[in-house]
Amino acid sequence: MADAIKVFLKSFIRLPKGGAVFYAWVAFLLVLISFGLGSYIKQIDKGLIITAMRDQVSWGFYIANFTFLVGVAAAAVLLVIPAYIYQFKPIKEIVLFGEMVAITAVTMCILFIMVDLGQPLRILHILPKPIGMMNFPSSLLAWDVIVLNGYLVINILLVLYTLYRLSLGKEYKLSLVLPLILLSIPWAISIHTVTAFLYNGLSARPFWNASILAPRFLASAFCSGPALMLIILQLMRKFSKVEIDNKAIFKISELIAYTMGINLFLLGAEIFKEFYSGGIHKAPLEYLYFGLHGKNLLTPWMWTSLMANITAFIIFLIPKTRENFITLNIGAVLIFIGVYIEKGLGLIIPGFIPDSLGEIYEYWPTNTESIITIGIWAVGALLYTLMVKFAIPIYTGELVAENRAAAAAQRAK
Amino acid sequence: MSNKIRSNPLGIKLNRRTFLKGAAAGITASALPFQNAEAFIGEAFLQKHFKEMTDVEIKGVIERLEKEASLEWRKEIHISAAKAKPGVKFGYGLDLSRCIGCRKCVSACVRENNQSRTPQVHWISVLRFKKGEKWLDLENSEKYYNPKEVPEKDFFYMPVQCQQCEDPPCVKVCPTQATWKEPDGIVVIDYNWCIGCRYCMAACPYGARRFNWAKPNIPQNELNAETHYLGNRPRYKGVVEKCTFCIQRTRAGKYPACVEACPVGARKFGNLLDPKSEIRYLIENKRVFRLKEDLNTEPKFYYFFTGWQV
Repeated sequence: MADAIKVFLKSFIRLPKGGAVFYAWVAFLLVLISFGLGSYIKQIDKGLIITAMRDQVSWGFYIANFTFLVGVAAAAVLLVIPAYIYQFKPIKEIVLFGEMVAITAVTMCILFIMVDLGQPLRILHILPKPIGMMNFPSSLLAWDVIVLNGYLVINILLVLYTLYRLSLGKEYKLSLVLPLILLSIPWAISIHTVTAFLYNGLSARPFWNASILAPRFLASAFCSGPALMLIILQLMRKFSKVEIDNKAIFKISELIAYTMGINLFLLGAEIFKEFYSGGIHKAPLEYLYFGLHGKNLLTPWMWTSLMANITAFIIFLIPKTRENFITLNIGAVLIFIGVYIEKGLGLIIPGFIPDSLGEIYEYWPTNTESIITIGIWAVGALLYTLMVKFAIPIYTGELVAENRAAAAAQRAK
Repeated sequence: MSNKIRSNPLGIKLNRRTFLKGAAAGITASALPFQNAEAFIGEAFLQKHFKEMTDVEIKGVIERLEKEASLEWRKEIHISAAKAKPGVKFGYGLDLSRCIGCRKCVSACVRENNQSRTPQVHWISVLRFKKGEKWLDLENSEKYYNPKEVPEKDFFYMPVQCQQCEDPPCVKVCPTQATWKEPDGIVVIDYNWCIGCRYCMAACPYGARRFNWAKPNIPQNELNAETHYLGNRPRYKGVVEKCTFCIQRTRAGKYPACVEACPVGARKFGNLLDPKSEIRYLIENKRVFRLKEDLNTEPKFYYFFTGWQV
């Protein structure tokens, strides 16, 4: 234990030390964060009127980002499954970094909810009695608070335990963490299901009130999270001493081919049902892909998203292109963009268009809203950078060796 | 319409002018020395949920809120916490064949219920439809119209406000129980408990809920000082509000402001549990329907046709 603490402390002390690229990156993020913070202070002062949200479209870019990031948090579990269920060693070694993505994504989710609240100081009202008046089990938002925080805790525990074992220079004991790892799989599915049900359960919004919403949500989540992992793993390989087997990367891209295939199939099923039967509830989809009553602000975005997803699907489907790093990276970026538009703008906004009284209010985020959003993304990037920087010397065994050498030198004296 | 005086919803004799008495008291309040209203922030932060407070605690909170509001608005403001009366469940009737789309109900509602003027908040939306076109799915409704004269030849109108559902989806989804249905059937909000997440707005099939995107702005001399804790007291930035059937008036035996303001008598109101009430007569003798009945929200807001046009 004492050794572990020593290693943790050493790594912590080294956190602010780095090369020019590291400093430039952190400074860049800090600038973005301070802009975001400035805009948030303005929002606190003036109210949410500084956003483009109104009574007709009462949730916007913040909730869209929240929804997308719940999906990204799936990254961890898609690595956990092949690593532990199928004992796929190359991926097992990098699960740690997936779990850190989950921690970051859930933290960002919480931040996006916070900036969306009209009365953020009253957030404690959501806790159970006697502090708050949590509406459990009736409100799906209460469920979401529980599952998201639970997922955060599970992943923090897993990361801390892994790092603890690594700092002792040992593999981790599977028997100890296995229950937690096994729990994390259904739990990850539950955060997506509950978040999808949050929208799905509202009969007032026909676009969300379709049983395909939760499956589609899961399918796209299992595309965007791993796509992000593909990029992060390559960056880590480039900028640190961490070695990542190509096999792991190709396995992830193979998995994406399946999930994107399912995602596109489910989208097709939804589009068929709405347009072939042709009832009034096709209005939101019509608005998305063709525009409604001449209003079509989101249409170019939705087609971009669809094209990006289809192209990426083809790239990941063909073994040659998914094992070529140029096409693989193009595919990963396309999926990230495609799912970001689809799960962000394309899922939340059309729930409100047309609104429940038939009005079409075209929503597009204001600059202030976008700056706050970018600020939160920068917080996420900073958090992840620091977590990875903290973990890498422990992960590579660099600090452990140093520690041992120091101890040996002491003994030799 | 008959010339008989309509029986009021609770069967109480009332003086319609009593609500004006508070106006005079305002002068005294403006003499109060200016104090920083922020002195109450700590107390406001620790305030309990309305339903969790004892009567004594409610009294204390209301004293503080009245003081806060009086300081801010520089006139004396009364906040009632009148409870629902036993044996009362309010219901509303709207005669679509009479409505002429004048929206006098909207302006009466804004004044009575202290809605923000800028940004503009309306609890009632009067939808306009072109005759002969489909209308029940509301897809072709028009909210923004400004004719020289109403009614317009080619159009008909349908006002929509909170339908006071018996099974309200907004209450079901609120994560903090800041909104609930009172025993007399009115769906209310505790403006001091709402966190402003707007989940209720997503859940409402009638577009009845309004959010205070900015600090509500009301001319000081137009502020209605006779208020109810769960109703028309001045609201805060960042909380949701909605129609409460004028809880401050109806629990005192008066009609809602919109009912009184309607020049054609299209709006009816009364106690659903009283077999002799006007609303019961309408339900039993007219062909009534409720909006979006397929959603099973069981509104207590009945639309009907008397069968003749204004």
